[in-house]
Amino acid sequence: MPAATLARSILLEARRGGLPWLALAAVALALGLAAFLSQVALTESLALQAAVMAAVLRACAVFLVAAQVTASTLREIQDKGLELMLSLPLSRTTQYLGRLAGFMACGAALAAVFAAPLLVWASPTAAALWGASLACEAALVAAAALFFAMTLGQFVPAITATAGLYLLARSIGAIQAIAAGPLAEASLASRIAQHAVDAVALLLPQLEALTRTSWLLYELPSPGAYAAAVGGALLYTVLLAAAGLFDFHRRSL
Amino acid sequence: MRPVAAVPRWIVAILGLSVAAQVGWQVSRGAGSAADAELAPAPGAHVLRLASFGEPEAAARLAMVHLQSYRDPDYRRLIGWLESILELDPRSQYPLFSAARVYAETSDATSSRLALDFVQRQFLRDPARRWPWLAHAALLAKHRLKDLPLARRYAQALERHATAPGVPAWAQQMEIFILEDMNELEAAKILIGSLLQSGALHDPAELRFLKRKLEELEARLAAGKR
Repeated sequence: MPAATLARSILLEARRGGLPWLALAAVALALGLAAFLSQVALTESLALQAAVMAAVLRACAVFLVAAQVTASTLREIQDKGLELMLSLPLSRTTQYLGRLAGFMACGAALAAVFAAPLLVWASPTAAALWGASLACEAALVAAAALFFAMTLGQFVPAITATAGLYLLARSIGAIQAIAAGPLAEASLASRIAQHAVDAVALLLPQLEALTRTSWLLYELPSPGAYAAAVGGALLYTVLLAAAGLFDFHRRSL
Repeated sequence: MRPVAAVPRWIVAILGLSVAAQVGWQVSRGAGSAADAELAPAPGAHVLRLASFGEPEAAARLAMVHLQSYRDPDYRRLIGWLESILELDPRSQYPLFSAARVYAETSDATSSRLALDFVQRQFLRDPARRWPWLAHAALLAKHRLKDLPLARRYAQALERHATAPGVPAWAQQMEIFILEDMNELEAAKILIGSLLQSGALHDPAELRFLKRKLEELEARLAAGKR
């Protein structure tokens, strides 16, 4: 199956490029930071360790996936490898989705590696739900990074656009809360700003609901809330993949 | 890779000198510490939430660790910070623990009252989870501030609001406990023993901290008797 072969080649490239070592370094960094903080905490030292581990590993997973996808895609474009691939009897859809599947598999592997150390602080169910959610988040980031790398064609703009989308999606809930706060002015400009923020939120995934540290510290999410969070991320991943396919089919090489 | 000898000597010298200069510069600046710096005005909970990028639990605890690095903070600003942090993660006990066990135990009565007042206000928002801190506040009001009416007011608030099933009987009859003729050490021992028994106390850092506090209290009372 050509798409599976492409996905395997992406995984092979990530392994040879040192991604497993970077993942282990991220786990070591998070463990070191958690150990240091537990020494200075006066209370909730275990909760602090778990929260910092989860936050650092989540950020590392997203950064590693975004950097891997962007660097790999742009190297292939610049080395004319993509042109060579397009000369093969493979449809553009297969090429694009095969690549995306490979990057998503990288993200899932990273999520599994990063969820494992959390078993020290959280129940197996909580760690598994957190890891599965991180895999969905990594898939979304992989789709975004692939889309921006293909369309922008340069490393810095592509990684900046991916980071911008991700950080905005992570903080849009807080921005909406600020815009609708009780102390906000009741002027026309304030109302327009509030509606503008709400309109931007409609175009973003709700990443705040995904991979919550509270699942590890307090209680598991309800099945409905978890399904809504993961479903929303998967829907946005499909949207980004469709946008990428649209652009890729129109591209003349 | 070519051998090190292939690198011009002046580049090796500049590299060595710049590393030495960097380390020397940092040593001359001294260790970066917030202890003597002034605590900045507290940001709103919304701002903290925005800065946390969707990780409120981690951000709240890191903010607490940052806050405890100030040696002599302005208590009005400090309470603002504690309020914002608690709003960021209302289920965290860290801000209330710090207010009751660290900041309220200052020798300055005005500052101590500010911290105790914060504990009482926050207790009323979630009595089932926050009662241990008001119980400790009542003991502090009686033994440190020597303010029996304040201690009784806290005790009455406990009796009235801490009615959840997990709250021990003595906390629900806190006024009797306050009025009993026992010294601070005995009262603190009963409070901590009861918290251990109820399972509300299990964090190793907190256990270490409380053990140290009990030893200090024991030493202080022993010195007072002599």
